[in-house]
Amino acid sequence: MDFIFIAQQSFSAALGVNTIIFALAAIGLNMHFGYTGLLNFGQAGFLAVGAYSVATLVVSFNFPLWAALLIGILNSIILALLLGLPTLRLRADYLAIVTIAAAEIIRQIARSATFNEYLGGSDGITGKFGKDFFDLNPFKDGLNTPLLRYTANDLWVVVTGWALVIVVLFVMWLLVRSPWGRVLKAIREDEEAVRSLGKNVYLYKMQSLIIGGIFGSFAGFVYALSRQSVQPDNYGTALTFFAYTVLILGGAARVFAPIAGSVIFWFLLVFIEQMLRQAVSAGYIPEWLIGVNQVGQIRFMLVGLGLMMLMIFRPQGIFGDRKELALDARA
Amino acid sequence: MKMGKAQLVRKIALGLSSFFLISAFTTAGTAGAAAATSSTLVGEIKDVNSTPLSGVRIDVTGPNGFAAQLTSDAMGKWQVEVASTGIYDVTLDQASLPAGQALTDISKGTRKVNVLMLGNALTILFPIGPGAERTPILDQSVQLLADGLILGIIIALAALGLNLVFGTTGLTNFAHGELLTLGGLLTYFFSAIAGLPVLAAIPIAVALSAFIGGYLQDRLLWKPLRKRGTGLIAMLVVSIGFAIFIRYVFLFIFGGFTRQLPQFAGQEGVEIGLVSITPKSIISTSVGLLLLAGATFWLLRSKMGKASRAVADNPALAAASGIEVEAVIRSVWILGALLAAFAGIMVTLNQGVSFLMGQDMLLLIFAAVTLGGLGTAYGALVGSLVIGVLIQLSTLIIPTELKYVGALFVLIIILLVRPQGILGRKERVG
Repeated sequence: MDFIFIAQQSFSAALGVNTIIFALAAIGLNMHFGYTGLLNFGQAGFLAVGAYSVATLVVSFNFPLWAALLIGILNSIILALLLGLPTLRLRADYLAIVTIAAAEIIRQIARSATFNEYLGGSDGITGKFGKDFFDLNPFKDGLNTPLLRYTANDLWVVVTGWALVIVVLFVMWLLVRSPWGRVLKAIREDEEAVRSLGKNVYLYKMQSLIIGGIFGSFAGFVYALSRQSVQPDNYGTALTFFAYTVLILGGAARVFAPIAGSVIFWFLLVFIEQMLRQAVSAGYIPEWLIGVNQVGQIRFMLVGLGLMMLMIFRPQGIFGDRKELALDARA
Repeated sequence: MKMGKAQLVRKIALGLSSFFLISAFTTAGTAGAAAATSSTLVGEIKDVNSTPLSGVRIDVTGPNGFAAQLTSDAMGKWQVEVASTGIYDVTLDQASLPAGQALTDISKGTRKVNVLMLGNALTILFPIGPGAERTPILDQSVQLLADGLILGIIIALAALGLNLVFGTTGLTNFAHGELLTLGGLLTYFFSAIAGLPVLAAIPIAVALSAFIGGYLQDRLLWKPLRKRGTGLIAMLVVSIGFAIFIRYVFLFIFGGFTRQLPQFAGQEGVEIGLVSITPKSIISTSVGLLLLAGATFWLLRSKMGKASRAVADNPALAAASGIEVEAVIRSVWILGALLAAFAGIMVTLNQGVSFLMGQDMLLLIFAAVTLGGLGTAYGALVGSLVIGVLIQLSTLIIPTELKYVGALFVLIIILLVRPQGILGRKERVG
């Protein structure tokens, strides 16, 4: 077994593109779920809107990249308004069902043959829509050290991606410390009490949904640009649930939790996968028990199991505070 | 033989690609490892009910005088290898579609495909539905209404259990769809692998699903959680984790492709009045109706059924008046799992079973339950029939492939206007 390779893969993943995508998505969810108590199960929809805005506008309509990014943000605000208007007055579990349905509507429209011309159907859009972004890449060579290995393009995505994460995190930190953030936390704890103080709960929830949604669309930008392609089935409900796992792993309602969660999540995922893969090909695990192609499936089982165990035994995650999160649908 | 294996691999890949990680994340690092010399154009021809259509002719023409004629196989699939990049025209021969089927948009009979680089498979789909041009709108509506009622009964079977569990325990169970998959896969296992006739496999699968998915699931997972006092939102997230876990256990055991039962797979429809229905649909729907009637009777008349409604209304008061709440919850779980398993079997009979079946159905079930009123048993029935009929009838106006979008959209609209659902009580939505 090649442990150096395993370590290199795992550490590269822990700081890699996927970690950035899920950290951004989870920061958005942290705003929704962690601080406001909104059970948004449609975060994948925000990512899809961000990613498709960039890909469609640049490839099909020849927009410059910066304009496509701006319109992407605008589109995520529109989505938040559309989602929020009917649902924010509802109880948590209703909100969950509606948001998951909305994300699924977006995915099915994106993959439909009807809009094939603009959205690329089930194959999505592949093209050089990130050209403007990669033209700015100052790195001529990739990084190849014993612990980290990226191609030149990946390195550029990773560096800019982490810069984006830090900026978003700083904004988040300022927001939740502000009086506005304290109102959000109060809404999470007791909506009626906040209402009786004369605050417009609906408006606050809407603002939270919009801001978290914009962070989600940032994740979509990184997703689309890093791969230079968008595929509708990448934006399914599993994406949202994985982002939740990341958030809960780190600890909801902690500013830094999404990053910690995402780094640990991807390190473990890739580490376990590589270990299993090598163990199977080296013959330590018999082929009839786990085939090489089934290693990926084991990962998913572990994610599911991990999410269950976390929620049952340590719902506050690694860094969270148990007392801070006392949500209940029927309370 | 070699072709068969390639096809199998592709099918697995197709199944997996609906789940983003395996395809997108693990291949990202290794992409472009080998220089590919060809691409594959693939497609799957299915009707409104996802029944594969075989024997449909596809013409492919492309650069350098490339021309190929394909015919869809028993699974409705076709594929062709192309060796050069360029623009290909893929034309569906509309005359070769079975009677009553046509392109929903006649202008989309030919699709242009741009093969940018070699090595990937490109999927080309044609939206197919009951031919608007061929059958008069009335006949078509009646057929769709019948299809919709059948779909509604499938959803109702699944929704009743979800709603009863929600009513009695407050759990919004995102793993409920996996009960349908369990029923379908067990039927497949006992018929195709263990060699029993399908008619014998179905009752065994239903009974086993009720035991494993109902009794054992409640006993080993949810009951301990209730005892611990786990919050409802936490339990909701637990059910999501459980659903992901179970789904991939199914994938691990049964593989990613859609499996058809060894009997009754491609049955011809019989004409009844204006409607064409397969005998298997008639029989399975009748049994489904009987099960629903039985469940309703149980709720209305039996002691346990009445008790379950009392628990749903007020668990503390029910417990205080001597109702054994845990026993009620257990029977609700068993009943729910039994009904859901049969719903899964109905789907399997018509379009085969894959590990994603439950996930695909779950949102429709939620839509039905929300429409009818979360936690109200009869609401689930009404909501399901409305959703089923609405999904099918909507294909008169919108493209068939977007019919679920229409249903989900209606769900959102309903919540805007009447958040407690058709039969729900207003106070239920806080």
